[in-house]
Amino acid sequence: MLIDTVLFYIFAALVLGGGILTITRRNAVHSAMWLIVSLLGVAGLYLQQQAEFLFAVQIVLYVGGIMVLFLFVIMLVNLDQAARERQFNRHWFVALVAVAAVGAEIGYFIYRGRTGFHIAELGAPIAAPHALGNTEMLADTLFSEYLLPFEIASLLLLVAVVGAVVMAKKRIQ
Amino acid sequence: MGSFFVITVIKAAIVFAVLMTTLAYLQWVERKVIAHIQVRPGPYRVGPHGLLQPLADVIKLITKEDLVPSYVNKPLYLLAPFLAITMALLSISVIPFGPTIDVAGHRTWMQLTDLNIGVLFVLAVSSMGVYGIALGGWASNNKYALLGGLRSSAQMISYELPLSLAIAAPLLLSNTLSLRHLVGTQAGAIWHWNVFRGPFPQIFSFIIFLIAAFAETNRVPFDLPEAENELVAGFHTEYSSMKFASFFMAEYANMITVSCMATLLFLGGWSAPWPAEYGSNWVPTAIFALAGVLALYHGLHPARRRDRLTLPVFGIVFFGIAAIFQLAILQSWLLPLFWFCAKTGAILFAFMWVRGTLPRFRYDQLMGFTWKFLFPVAVLNLLVTAFLVALVG
Repeated sequence: MLIDTVLFYIFAALVLGGGILTITRRNAVHSAMWLIVSLLGVAGLYLQQQAEFLFAVQIVLYVGGIMVLFLFVIMLVNLDQAARERQFNRHWFVALVAVAAVGAEIGYFIYRGRTGFHIAELGAPIAAPHALGNTEMLADTLFSEYLLPFEIASLLLLVAVVGAVVMAKKRIQ
Repeated sequence: MGSFFVITVIKAAIVFAVLMTTLAYLQWVERKVIAHIQVRPGPYRVGPHGLLQPLADVIKLITKEDLVPSYVNKPLYLLAPFLAITMALLSISVIPFGPTIDVAGHRTWMQLTDLNIGVLFVLAVSSMGVYGIALGGWASNNKYALLGGLRSSAQMISYELPLSLAIAAPLLLSNTLSLRHLVGTQAGAIWHWNVFRGPFPQIFSFIIFLIAAFAETNRVPFDLPEAENELVAGFHTEYSSMKFASFFMAEYANMITVSCMATLLFLGGWSAPWPAEYGSNWVPTAIFALAGVLALYHGLHPARRRDRLTLPVFGIVFFGIAAIFQLAILQSWLLPLFWFCAKTGAILFAFMWVRGTLPRFRYDQLMGFTWKFLFPVAVLNLLVTAFLVALVG
């Protein structure tokens, strides 16, 4: 189990370190790269939870699809000018109040739901491996129990795609 | 446990050695094939029939000066070729080359590792391969390289959609994501292969897969990222020595990977086209014996003086291989390997054939083709397949 713990901390460090570096780098391409590192860390955490389908989808969609689009836009737009300018304004007070508010909110909900959290007991029996693979289980749940939300979500995405095309067309004319 | 590690290390070493040799010689084969399409002999000087040309190329590439231009973004410039070659070689680790075999009392797969999400893993890894090209183009700080990188990222994202949809359709027939089980469901005979199997033969998704694979590997007619008459050399303009070679190797490794995937998904992997009772075991022997006879005949009637020596040697080697295929001990793993290599090799030959035949697309044609034709056809094919599978099953 030691190797699991070590791997968990490596992935967690990738997620957090990547996230911090994403928002502190001045060069937009470097930020995108660190965001990819962070997303890969999340994929690793999925794999540790034996959710191999989510792991693959996380990489195919986020790393291989969405982030390539991000990078594409960053490369198309000339950001050299923006990188040289001062990017961070000094509204310390507003930022501090906002952070404190969000922190208090999260703290309150954690306090309210404190009975819902369990720290796994050391030496507790590990859940038996599922007879079905992660992919099959996900498909079963998605297409039986959560069929309606799934269809609604797909309709929503379709509307967004059609809307994007319509707006892009309008701008050309 | 100990033997598991030893076997894995040995298998990894074998796969690595074979893959690297294939990468080097695939380039020789490609130059020869294209040369013969264009009615010229191709590489001929280094070794008999230019057979040592890949070795000479490797030595040249290693000993060339490794230049890093002063104006590049250094970390990403150095990362890009590394990323490209790593992602290209990684997907080979889940490709099965043959069935389970027994070696010296140990039972093992002819595959580095079998994942239950093998197909998705290959998709995931290959989708990350675009970063090598996109970053290489951007980090070079050169307008031609940047245009090449941009073109490649747009192209690869666009062609990944029909590629994934074309992969999904045969998966519906086989009902598994493991590459090993995928072959198991197609075993027996040629009409069990996914490309010909009912309820809906996957011939359309096979063609869509091949077209999208040409685009994903940046091959002619979709090689716009490195269109030399408009972009110098595209994304690898600023790379030299082994860094250039990494991009080159990555392209060929990706070609091998997609050919293996096409073989596994559509052509039944390592299973023979017809059962052994009807003599499919004699096919490799017959082919190699025929090659031996041909080589001997041309050795006796040589077109060039050197051929009098080299061609009979090749002929004897071919006869030896033909005899090896009849050894009963080796047949259990040699025959599946032969069928796998034959199918993959046929697809690789198609890659070269197309390169020798077709001109390059224009950029708007390239994008219009995938979004307005390939993608709708792939969706339709998937829908029809899903409907028929649900109806029959």
